[in-house]
Amino acid sequence: MTQPNEPAQGGAAQGGAAQGGAGKGAGDDSTGQGSTAVPDPAALAGRERLAEQVARSGMFGTMTTGDTSGYGGLQVRRAPRLASPRPYGSYFDEIADRLADSLATGGPSFGAAVEQVVVANGDLTFYVQREHLISVAAKLRDDPTLAFEMCLGVSGVHYPTDTGQELHAVYHLLSITHNRRLRLEVTAPDADPHVPSLVGVYPTCNFHERETWDFFGLVFDGHPALTRIEMPDDWRGHPQRKDYPLGGIPVEYRGATIPPPDERRSYE
Amino acid sequence: MTASADNQAHGATATGSADTRDSDYDGYDDYDEGRVYNVAGGDWDEIVSGAVGDDRSSDEHMVINMGPQHPSTHGVLRLILTLDGETVTELRPVIGYLHTGIEKNMEFRTWTQGVTFCTRMDYLSPLFNESAYCLAVERLLGIEAEIPERASVMRVLLMELNRISSHLTAIGTFGLELGATTVFIYGMREREKTLDIFELITGLRMNHAFIRPGGVVQDLPAGAIERLREYLRVMPGLLGEIRALLDHAPVYLARTRNIAYLDVTGCMSLGVTGPILRAAGLPWDLRKSQPYCGYETYDFDVATQQSADVYGRYRVRMDEMDQSLRIIAQCVDRLAGTSGPVMIGDAKIGWPAKLALGPDGMGNSPDHIAHIMSQSMEALIHHFKLVTEGFRVPAGQVYAAVESPRGELGCHAVSDGGTRPYRVHFRDPSFTNLQAVSVMSEGGMIADVIAAVASIDPVMGGVDR
Repeated sequence: MTQPNEPAQGGAAQGGAAQGGAGKGAGDDSTGQGSTAVPDPAALAGRERLAEQVARSGMFGTMTTGDTSGYGGLQVRRAPRLASPRPYGSYFDEIADRLADSLATGGPSFGAAVEQVVVANGDLTFYVQREHLISVAAKLRDDPTLAFEMCLGVSGVHYPTDTGQELHAVYHLLSITHNRRLRLEVTAPDADPHVPSLVGVYPTCNFHERETWDFFGLVFDGHPALTRIEMPDDWRGHPQRKDYPLGGIPVEYRGATIPPPDERRSYE
Repeated sequence: MTASADNQAHGATATGSADTRDSDYDGYDDYDEGRVYNVAGGDWDEIVSGAVGDDRSSDEHMVINMGPQHPSTHGVLRLILTLDGETVTELRPVIGYLHTGIEKNMEFRTWTQGVTFCTRMDYLSPLFNESAYCLAVERLLGIEAEIPERASVMRVLLMELNRISSHLTAIGTFGLELGATTVFIYGMREREKTLDIFELITGLRMNHAFIRPGGVVQDLPAGAIERLREYLRVMPGLLGEIRALLDHAPVYLARTRNIAYLDVTGCMSLGVTGPILRAAGLPWDLRKSQPYCGYETYDFDVATQQSADVYGRYRVRMDEMDQSLRIIAQCVDRLAGTSGPVMIGDAKIGWPAKLALGPDGMGNSPDHIAHIMSQSMEALIHHFKLVTEGFRVPAGQVYAAVESPRGELGCHAVSDGGTRPYRVHFRDPSFTNLQAVSVMSEGGMIADVIAAVASIDPVMGGVDR
């Protein structure tokens, strides 16, 4: 089993400023030590790994670790997001070059719009700055050498520990002309959960953006009618966020409140 | 809501002046914009005369709720129609009545248990849900090349059988919604034959949870090949009966030809895939263009039509069932008389796949039970950990897509390196295609809304997840 996203030594430099909070503590540690002696790279990597933020712990809503085996160590640490070096392989280099050419004819530069390029699991991902999302998507759709005619919707992901970029919106694009796929990822902090709407470029994002707003509280600026789509209109909270519990929500209907299943009846 | 600012109450639906609301919901009962007619049984003529008899009604638009419990809305779909006479001027689909939080639930169960959830999304094509999810998990694990050949063939076999049963339901209910009950009976009867085969192979008629990360639950049971050959022998004739009933029926043609037109451009911008896109003339099928599960090794054609209307979508579905039969025949040839593993050899991922029928039903084989219970303590620990804790999936994200009966079914799976998904999102084709119902219906007649919805073939379990 390979682990492509495991933090490789030295690869972290590629990430640059875009790495956000992940591994920040480790970086402080290493600079403090590095001034006096050259650290052993293996030991450093191990310390970095331990210093990474705990992504989550526990399961099934239990208060203890919930680990039935005793060996699982259910503290899950997140690997930092690493930028991929050139060449990306497959048709990915061509997409990056064409997009850079296309953006050069108008709009932001490739470096300004795309903060990071990641190739993993056979997919190409552009991490796009949210203020440039619409111009990048329009180029991807309209440039005949790119021709990503179809957007396959938005998928939100909530990373509560990814400080400053807790909310991610993931777009999957499909070029039928060239039979290619591409993923765009945009981030927004919890404090300012705004991403420009792609409905103007890809009308299919209408329902998808409403769904992502509904489940994650991500506001898509410019959406024609950003209302809840799956949950009731007066629902409080955004259920797919990691700080939203599974179950335990009382059900309200016409003034009456039905307690959550675990509180309904006691057999004691 | 358009039109009238008339605040006068009509009939029994008086607008209460005192605020007696208990909750935010109650305001909707006494909606004081325009007049509200509650239609629940009764004589339609009386309702119409009540509405039309009033002079002020004649120049007003009428807002009608179709659904969420209307039998021709394919489950709990609500369509808010604004009508000018019988012409639909505005249509807004409202969904969410069948939201079950499957994606959220999957984050709290192991990767293998996720199959049991996602199979229930689009309940007419459960095996496609399972396949999309398992292909995503396998790509995250990096074990695509290690999936046994026999497991892939069985996946293809089950998916194509499922495509037939799904299309038969689509066409059968379509006939029912247009008033042709015979088609419905034919469709359901033929679907039953497919479900019988599912029952034989997977043990269940729906919600199989049969495809797992690493392979499938178990090998074909005894007698399955013969049953499949019998199925292949009778199905062409039975599909021919449906064709004979519908292909040239004048009433059917009148209800479907040039109805709910959506061309390739419209499909592209609205993200519409599947039979709707192929009926518009674009031969886009992921089985051909981006093959998975070894589809590139099967001989089949992509069915297309040029008419971009409801009839074209019907024809595409009928042709696809013929092609599915071709693929099933090839699968049967590959499976017949051969044997091999149906689960990945990596014991850290693959669940025990050699099941046997015991006195209390299907379960682990006596060999396996003897091994873990009386021969090897390590095997018992391993079995226990694999089943309760699950396997770890390397951190990362992946998007895997399959061609479901309704279009591209995508699975966006995110792992943080743990034993449970960090996030799983399904790009369900019904959800996306349903956006097109407004474009197909606005400007047309109200009767054609039914045909438009039926031609999209949305399954609300998949739409709302």
